[in-house]
Amino acid sequence: MNYEIWDVHTHLAGVPGTTPEERLAKLLQYADRVGIARLCVMMGLKWNYDPTPEFMRKSNDEALQAVRKFPDRAFGFVYVNPKHTQASLDELNRCVRDGPMVGVKLWCALHCNDPLLDPIVARAAELKAIVAQHCWIKITGNLPGESTPMDMAELAARHPKATFSCIHTGGDWERGIRAIRPHPNVYADINGGDPTAGFTGMAVRELGAERVLYGSDAGYRSFASQLAKVHGAEIPDTAKRLIFAGNTKRLLRPILNEKGIKV
Amino acid sequence: MKPDQSTFSLDRRDFLKVAVAAAGVASLGSTSALQAAAAAPSGLIDTNVSLSRWPLRRLPCDDTAALVAKLRANGVTQAWAGSFDGLLHRDIATVNTRLADECRRHGKGLLVPFGSVNPKLPDWEDDLRRCAEVHRMPGIRLHPGYHGYRFDDPDFAKLLRLAAERGLLVQLVWIMEDRRMMHPLLQVEPPDLKPLAEVIKKTPGLRLEILNVLKGLHGQSLLSLLHAGEVFVEIAMLEGVGGVAGLLEKTPLNRVLFGSHAPLFYFESALLKLKESPLTEDQPRAIRCDNARRLLAKKS
Ligand SMILES: [Zn+2]
Repeated sequence: MNYEIWDVHTHLAGVPGTTPEERLAKLLQYADRVGIARLCVMMGLKWNYDPTPEFMRKSNDEALQAVRKFPDRAFGFVYVNPKHTQASLDELNRCVRDGPMVGVKLWCALHCNDPLLDPIVARAAELKAIVAQHCWIKITGNLPGESTPMDMAELAARHPKATFSCIHTGGDWERGIRAIRPHPNVYADINGGDPTAGFTGMAVRELGAERVLYGSDAGYRSFASQLAKVHGAEIPDTAKRLIFAGNTKRLLRPILNEKGIKV
Repeated sequence: MKPDQSTFSLDRRDFLKVAVAAAGVASLGSTSALQAAAAAPSGLIDTNVSLSRWPLRRLPCDDTAALVAKLRANGVTQAWAGSFDGLLHRDIATVNTRLADECRRHGKGLLVPFGSVNPKLPDWEDDLRRCAEVHRMPGIRLHPGYHGYRFDDPDFAKLLRLAAERGLLVQLVWIMEDRRMMHPLLQVEPPDLKPLAEVIKKTPGLRLEILNVLKGLHGQSLLSLLHAGEVFVEIAMLEGVGGVAGLLEKTPLNRVLFGSHAPLFYFESALLKLKESPLTEDQPRAIRCDNARRLLAKKS
């Protein structure tokens, strides 16, 4: 069985190479080996939980540099910090409105139920960009600004017109899936955690296959462990097709159309 | 990316200075990649599977017949099986009897039982004896995290010594799952690996495979442990893009085994790792079966 596969979540960190372009080239070589056609790339060579406006710009410049080299293979997500509202809106306009990026990445600067996210999400929705928010529920304790899927549910309820990706589905996916279940505009990105059997099956059962996205978190994770969550899942082939590429394509189509990009 | 995973270094560039050989490009999809990986030559020995029930959820293959079917469908020719019951049950003797029985009744020789021994239980020495003499197991599987001992515990040293004297291969499970998502009432600390090399050095004849350890052990600490004795690792929890190739840059090939951690993990993860990494001709075969076969054959 052949599947078309789009990876909704990758990074340049953890990949060999000195420049952003070199790293993305390397990442694509691995992707080719396991049959992944396209990658969404977010953040630059160095990471910061709470980036300054300068750091954000540099990080996004690096991601832009990489995706511009491979326009047929990679899409960019703009990394922003809601604590710096205007700088984040400026980055959104620079990288999404005026640039090739198609989504927004939020990480650990601030819990995502904070009102400071509202202007950013509103602008992202106007631009038809996906809002991807890191979410984790850790029994060992979250970072101070680290969101949970429950935070994401609050944010999503305030912005029914925006499209959200709940990154990692909260890590503790048995709770994460339940937390986002009532909000049809929140999608479960299954990347990043261990390939624990049952994850994808539960996501499909509780959310419907249309709300589940394949992503890897490569280079930090292997593509293999994350692909296995779909290949190995006890779900119909039609569901696998949606998760591997169909849903991501459907979510990206409006913004890609605006940019005149045919897929 | 998951922040705050203390056991895992954030920037793995050093670890992953992979000189990628010409990548075989799979244009579309990847069950074809999976099929290619499964169809590689001469056997596949999965050194890390478990029977019975994971205590915290039902798993798609937590029934032995279903697990056997899954393994067979993916080309596995032999699977070294422990029991999830060995984690928490105190009547370890019946855990091992059931394990031996399940391995006999299912899979026509596919499953090789590795009995549990808990050196903190009274008269554990008899569990070890039964594994060797009654069940004729080639090895045992230890869960120090769940049984509450450290690697500098004298009972652990004694257990390793007695196992080595009996020619039993010892599988030491470092962790079973990511500690960040454990059940609040079942938070099991990964044992500190530092004292392990010392006790290995003091146990002549020991053959040791450490399971689920490559998430927390790399670089020099991994090498020191491998050099402490006849020590092996498997790839179930190895992560990072091109992880297997990265591992083999610094690790002797003959110490790396195939392990899936099924049915707790999707079996396909380990298999696809072999596909993801560009490997030289001899590497896949060594990892898939030759190393494990040699290790098991050494039983004195
Ligand atoms: Zn990530």
